[in-house]
Amino acid sequence: MNEPFLLILGSIVSNATPLVIASIGETITERAGVVNLSLDGSIMLSAMAGFVAAYAAANGGSPTELSLLIGVLVAMAAGALVALIVAVGGIALRRDQVAVGFVLTLLTADLAQFLGQSYTRIPGPTVGQWVLPVLGDLPVVGPVLFRHNIFVYISFVLIFACWFWLFRTRSGLALRAVGERPEAAFARGVDVNRLRYVYTVLGGALVGLAGAAYSLGIKPGWATPPPMRGDGWIALAIVIFGGWHPFRVVLGAYLFAALRAVSTAIQRTPDIQISPVLLNLLPWILMIATLVAVSSGAIERLMRLLPGSFQRWTRNVLRSDPPAALGTRFDAG
Amino acid sequence: MQIELRHIHKRFGPVHANNDIDVTFQGGRIIGVLGENGAGKSTLMKILAGYQPADSGDIIIDGRVADYRGPQAAIHYGIGMLQQDPLDVPAFTVLENFIFGSRMRHTEARARLREISQRFGFSLDPDMPVSQLSIAQRQQLEIVRLLALNVRALILDEPTTGISAEQKALLFDTLRSLARNDGMTVLLVSHKLEDVIALCDEVVVLRAGRLTGRGEMPLTTQELVRLMFGQSFAMQERPAAHLGDVILRLEGVHLRDKRLSIEHLNLAVRAGEVIGLAGLDGSGQGLAMRACVGLVKPVAGRVFVGNSDMTGKPYRAFLRRGVAFSAAGRLEEGLVAGLSLTEHVALANERDMLVNWDRARRQTASQLAAYNVRGRPDDLIEQLSGGNQQRLLMALMPEQPLVMVLEQPTRGLDVDSAAWIWRQLLARREGGTAIVFSSDDLDELVAYSDRILVFYAGQIFEIPDASATTIDQLGHLIGGEFEMATIGKRLT
Repeated sequence: MNEPFLLILGSIVSNATPLVIASIGETITERAGVVNLSLDGSIMLSAMAGFVAAYAAANGGSPTELSLLIGVLVAMAAGALVALIVAVGGIALRRDQVAVGFVLTLLTADLAQFLGQSYTRIPGPTVGQWVLPVLGDLPVVGPVLFRHNIFVYISFVLIFACWFWLFRTRSGLALRAVGERPEAAFARGVDVNRLRYVYTVLGGALVGLAGAAYSLGIKPGWATPPPMRGDGWIALAIVIFGGWHPFRVVLGAYLFAALRAVSTAIQRTPDIQISPVLLNLLPWILMIATLVAVSSGAIERLMRLLPGSFQRWTRNVLRSDPPAALGTRFDAG
Repeated sequence: MQIELRHIHKRFGPVHANNDIDVTFQGGRIIGVLGENGAGKSTLMKILAGYQPADSGDIIIDGRVADYRGPQAAIHYGIGMLQQDPLDVPAFTVLENFIFGSRMRHTEARARLREISQRFGFSLDPDMPVSQLSIAQRQQLEIVRLLALNVRALILDEPTTGISAEQKALLFDTLRSLARNDGMTVLLVSHKLEDVIALCDEVVVLRAGRLTGRGEMPLTTQELVRLMFGQSFAMQERPAAHLGDVILRLEGVHLRDKRLSIEHLNLAVRAGEVIGLAGLDGSGQGLAMRACVGLVKPVAGRVFVGNSDMTGKPYRAFLRRGVAFSAAGRLEEGLVAGLSLTEHVALANERDMLVNWDRARRQTASQLAAYNVRGRPDDLIEQLSGGNQQRLLMALMPEQPLVMVLEQPTRGLDVDSAAWIWRQLLARREGGTAIVFSSDDLDELVAYSDRILVFYAGQIFEIPDASATTIDQLGHLIGGEFEMATIGKRLT
């Protein structure tokens, strides 16, 4: 395969990484029945916080690795904090999660721009490329998957960890039950609201990590307007598109990044004259088309023609129902 | 396992749901827990199974005081409950549901599931999603799950609604085996007296939060009804009826919902007639009433209001023709929580695009006075007591409709409020309005009806002259023994 094409594939994987991490985080949160709508703002806030912390640490004389680690941790803490507000608002204060999340989106987005205004367009510490030994040298796969910064590798691990946790562990059973039917989880001795706190904060920390992946890796630094503006909404849409299943969610994230790459490439080609606005619509149109196809029953009818065991598998993969208790409150007793 | 309940009290606001319940359940027996809706039996069972704590009182298991909170803790003490709507996770597979809440490993769980299922003849595919199981299979899964957790007492809440006769036989065999062979204590909460007669060794009866009776089986349906309702069936004077033309007619109507079906119902309601619908909760009265007002579309047959065929028309069309309905769930179906009284009146009466709030407020004030509703126009509906809500519902109804279809119009009301409601209803009836109502209160049915329809599992028996009813006959009929009755005929 030719070199430039592999490079494009590689850059798609790299560019998709923050989306992958953020949508995995939101998947975990929503699987527990909480919807954290603050993604767009909290990604910006954590990107800014992570960059500023790493920048300050480096200026204070810390070695680059330590500064970056501090930056990542601060970003995750920022994401977790915003998520905690959503959880407290939705669970303890019994407010509508959607309303709390939405207000927080606007608030944190503005907060990020306000607090970060003296740190725009300055160079800071950046996570460098790390070619994985052996794997990085493989043909085709190497340049596409294994010549990236560490955020990309973390996202790979997260995808499988999330899947494993959800579908292969007892804790994952409890996590899904809390989002599907909290009454049943309660009857089996699960502390429903405690789990919801835990997974909302964990999901928020991953959203924070996605922010750090931007400002310390993929789109280094901070700027106004923030370069990742709008990506939080995209991550939220990808979770729906992905049917709350980590593999499909990730597929959605990569698909989205690929379409973006295509649209950029087309815009750079002088021979093709298509409005960039129209091109930017492409991913959304595809997403809506997929959602309609999945929920229309056409696929259900198609599946009945398949043999039984295969049916069960495809139904699981194509499942598009949200967690049944998503966004609802639970009171024991 | 022996379970003793000592002086159990539980209050929900002003309602004393369990009032000093004192009872002992012996192991190896199947005990029926009877009582009308709101008698407190579900509350008691939920306390026993850990779903809610008692305000005071003790639970003593095999001679030792058991103090637990939460269903999981109750299971540790050996008490498991099968809810009417089984508490499983529909998105999980059978095996996932079985494992969830236990400490079993995958392979061990698979073997246990197969072993217990086989003992009772259940067929549960471990990899099937629970959302694709029937209610009976979901019950089986819950029973198997609770048995795997070593419960020694099993509480079942209305387990026979929505399952087939064969599945019911299988369930009963299972319960008998658990009681006889394993010495388990089985508590059966049921409205269906035939189930209680078929299965139970003993019954306890709750009424208005108190334990009011118990009996050793075998008992007849009639004896059970007497235990449940008491004997205060005093006959009352009924105002004479002036019957007019037929104004509502069902012709060969078939109705179906998730739990039951009514077949080939013919019914003609005449102006000025009062028809009472009797029966244990959920026997088909609600379905029939909703069919009369267009809220449930008949599977077959026709519905006429006056001479016009209204089959398949929406409730709005019925309402325009003068058919009004009020549902038992006042705040769920009839009123809108979060809206003020004025807003309710405006919603019912205002026809213009813009609401004339002055007019609406004046109207509300006069309606509140006319209907003796204790509340202010700006109060939210949920701030009113049940009686006042019911009176407001009455105020919102058309002044002189052709037919009023009322689901349990006096449920939960004190005697005075109920009497007030009936004075209003009878006054409208003088003007030719027909009334179709359902009630849990047999006194009320006998006192106010011209005709009574008794519902039992979707079958209907008609008593053409309500005044000829006796307690024995009603008891038999409510329990489903239509064959022996001589005071009327089967309608379906």
